[in-house]
Amino acid sequence: MPYPESLKKLIEKVEATRPARVERKKNDKEFPPLKLEEREPVLRNFHPDFIEGTRREIKVGPSKGYSISNEVVDILEAKSRMNPDLVNLSEPDFETDVLVIGAGGAGTAAAILAAENGAKVMIATKLRHGDANTMMAEGGIQAADKVGKDSPYYHYLDILGGGHFVNDPELVYTIVQNAPDALRWLEGLGTNFSKFEDGKMKTMHGGGTCRKRMHYAADITGAEIMKTIRDEARNHTDMIDVIEFCPAVEIALDDQGRCVGAVLYNLETAEYLFVKAMAVIMATGGSGRLHIQGFMTTNHYGATADGLVMAYRAGVPISFLHTVQYHPTGVVFPEQAEGILITEKFRGAGANVLNVHGEQFVYEREPRDVEAACIIRECSPKGRGNGVPTPTGKFGVWLDSPMIDMLKGEGTVRKEFPGKHILFRRFGIDISTEPMLIHPTLHYQNGGLDINNQCETNIPGLYAAGEVSAGIHGENRLMGNSLLDVIVFGRIAGTQAAGYIREHDDAGPANLDHVKRYNKEVEAAGIKEDRIAPMILPDYSNPEVREKQLTKDYFGTLS
Amino acid sequence: MTKPSETTVDELVPIFFMGKKYDVPASLTIQKALEYAGYQHIRGCGCRGGVCGACGTVYRLPDSYKLQVGLACQTVVQPGMHLMIMPYYPGNRSTFDIEELSGTGAEVAALYPEIFKCIGCNSCSQGCPMDIDVMHYMAQAIRGDIAGAAETSFDCIMCGLCASRCPAEEVQFNVAILARRLNARYGIPRAKHLEERVKEITDGKFDEPLRNLMSKSKEELKELYKSREAEPQMTEEDWTPQDARYV
Repeated sequence: MPYPESLKKLIEKVEATRPARVERKKNDKEFPPLKLEEREPVLRNFHPDFIEGTRREIKVGPSKGYSISNEVVDILEAKSRMNPDLVNLSEPDFETDVLVIGAGGAGTAAAILAAENGAKVMIATKLRHGDANTMMAEGGIQAADKVGKDSPYYHYLDILGGGHFVNDPELVYTIVQNAPDALRWLEGLGTNFSKFEDGKMKTMHGGGTCRKRMHYAADITGAEIMKTIRDEARNHTDMIDVIEFCPAVEIALDDQGRCVGAVLYNLETAEYLFVKAMAVIMATGGSGRLHIQGFMTTNHYGATADGLVMAYRAGVPISFLHTVQYHPTGVVFPEQAEGILITEKFRGAGANVLNVHGEQFVYEREPRDVEAACIIRECSPKGRGNGVPTPTGKFGVWLDSPMIDMLKGEGTVRKEFPGKHILFRRFGIDISTEPMLIHPTLHYQNGGLDINNQCETNIPGLYAAGEVSAGIHGENRLMGNSLLDVIVFGRIAGTQAAGYIREHDDAGPANLDHVKRYNKEVEAAGIKEDRIAPMILPDYSNPEVREKQLTKDYFGTLS
Repeated sequence: MTKPSETTVDELVPIFFMGKKYDVPASLTIQKALEYAGYQHIRGCGCRGGVCGACGTVYRLPDSYKLQVGLACQTVVQPGMHLMIMPYYPGNRSTFDIEELSGTGAEVAALYPEIFKCIGCNSCSQGCPMDIDVMHYMAQAIRGDIAGAAETSFDCIMCGLCASRCPAEEVQFNVAILARRLNARYGIPRAKHLEERVKEITDGKFDEPLRNLMSKSKEELKELYKSREAEPQMTEEDWTPQDARYV
């Protein structure tokens, strides 16, 4: 859908202010960023985390009493999908050394490293190998590798500032110190980073960075990384098996409380299958498809927090889930593309964010939570009410992509942002000459399962890496640190799990007692709603159709 | 903000999914239209944003013999369209050890000797939902132009539609990723600064400054954060900070 006349009129206001804004940018005259102490009131008044009535305390499990989003509590205060008494754990359907649950960036990196360290690996995944938020990450991956102007020291400070200074210091230390080596690993596998002719990496700013350390592969950095490491995993056919469309639904423990496998659900044959393993790596990613507070999301179809549920039931505490990341720039028009991520790299390359009058109201490179809150303030009738109205009655603000061609030469948008250029072209919009209409969109699960710097959870033999884990990003992740997170901690988890199995080959018989206990705890807590989890797939079917789906175990409906 | 299922209902148009008729809102993408019809996708649905290759779709429109392609998550329904989502297509893949290759065209030819069977019919390019000139990158691979094949195929989402259309039974998308990996690894120089930085870290250059930061109070950290020097937006690569103690 090209822009209708009403929006084209408003774009004229953007065009009117553009030449002066480009001039200012060329002279490094930026819209003033908020001071550290000015961030707090904007967040408190306009960030969705602070809206009353959207959180409640969890009544069960290891982090009982912790207050987080209702949607996450709903799936934690839920019973197992299956009757734990009916699964036969004494005759495993598969046996492996290391079971990796989830086949995104973290799971795939973990599998490769575990295999290289001598472990037989099985990757079990809900959808296809590579179906994950990693594939959808666009803007870049951080690493402080520009010798002479940047270092892990500044990367550390940036991460802490973005995360409100409450991040786990050991995890931050680990990510910044391992970042350059993670990039070198990806480079060696043949990942097409954007480079200068001499091989030097091109790097840009992201929100909240003090040095340009965002490495990228045009505007499809995550896809490029995911495709490359998935291809590499496929070179290890002797060591890595992948089983697709078979999500894990519970992990299994032995008599000493060690993790010794998981129960999978074959989405196509409806069988429950037991995989016996000596160690398990949880790499199931995030939870955008829970649509917290009804927000649209940038996340993959499979982002339903399955791993969080499974591990929590088994006793792994959770933290940093009281904050949720809303990406400042999701598509709000055309409606068909609603919620789709517009990479922060546009702002890193200089595109201003503008209100209905074509005026700047926020520095475009604030940390994500601050940027999102300022945009919501601009759009909200309770705030400044300067949003751009869309034909469907929503509000957004402009992201002025045509500035980039004026700053960096004609053709830059097409060349540096081919993914988004094609996407909008399909709808009759040329983003090298017309701005995009955007609004914050649900993007990232800042917290999750507690881990240490070896990716160990409190359950021996159970590791976690990537978006499912907590602490690295504190209360707000900066751009480019999630791709880094999945590679750095995925590799650590794989290496550690392979090391663990060399010393622990004496697993006792597997059981699901913790699931039975948890089911009882849910009942005892007086939770009346008959919810089951993990969710596995979100349900977008038409409510009128759903009412007629009378068979309880209807094939296509999973909840 | 609404969930995708709560999209405003507009005019209904008929579509035929694998031959079965459903009336769906005219503004929806194929993916959302099927959900409107009552489907819960298992296969054939991934990122819902046009980058993952799960929902390659073939369709025909009334009054045209042309076979058309698109992604179900990106293509808006059209009245009377007949469609099928193709979530998987078998494709042979040759395994290799990237450390033992050197990035030559001969290596691609050895791993995929069938590339020379390409008859140049261009069905692959016509069948690409990403508008990639598939036949061109196959020709580049045949000529041994690995850099060219890498560049031409950069946007490939590996949905498999090209292979489904190929009379010469090629698996273009696997040839393409091999070319991209070889080019990135061997066709372009390695980043020397990465090597250098990794060595500095291994030698422990930043251990003490970082441990020192880790021991600081929240207030002290805030001060350091506020006073950190920012690299200007429009500078070139040669910018250096005034405070060079920690770089």
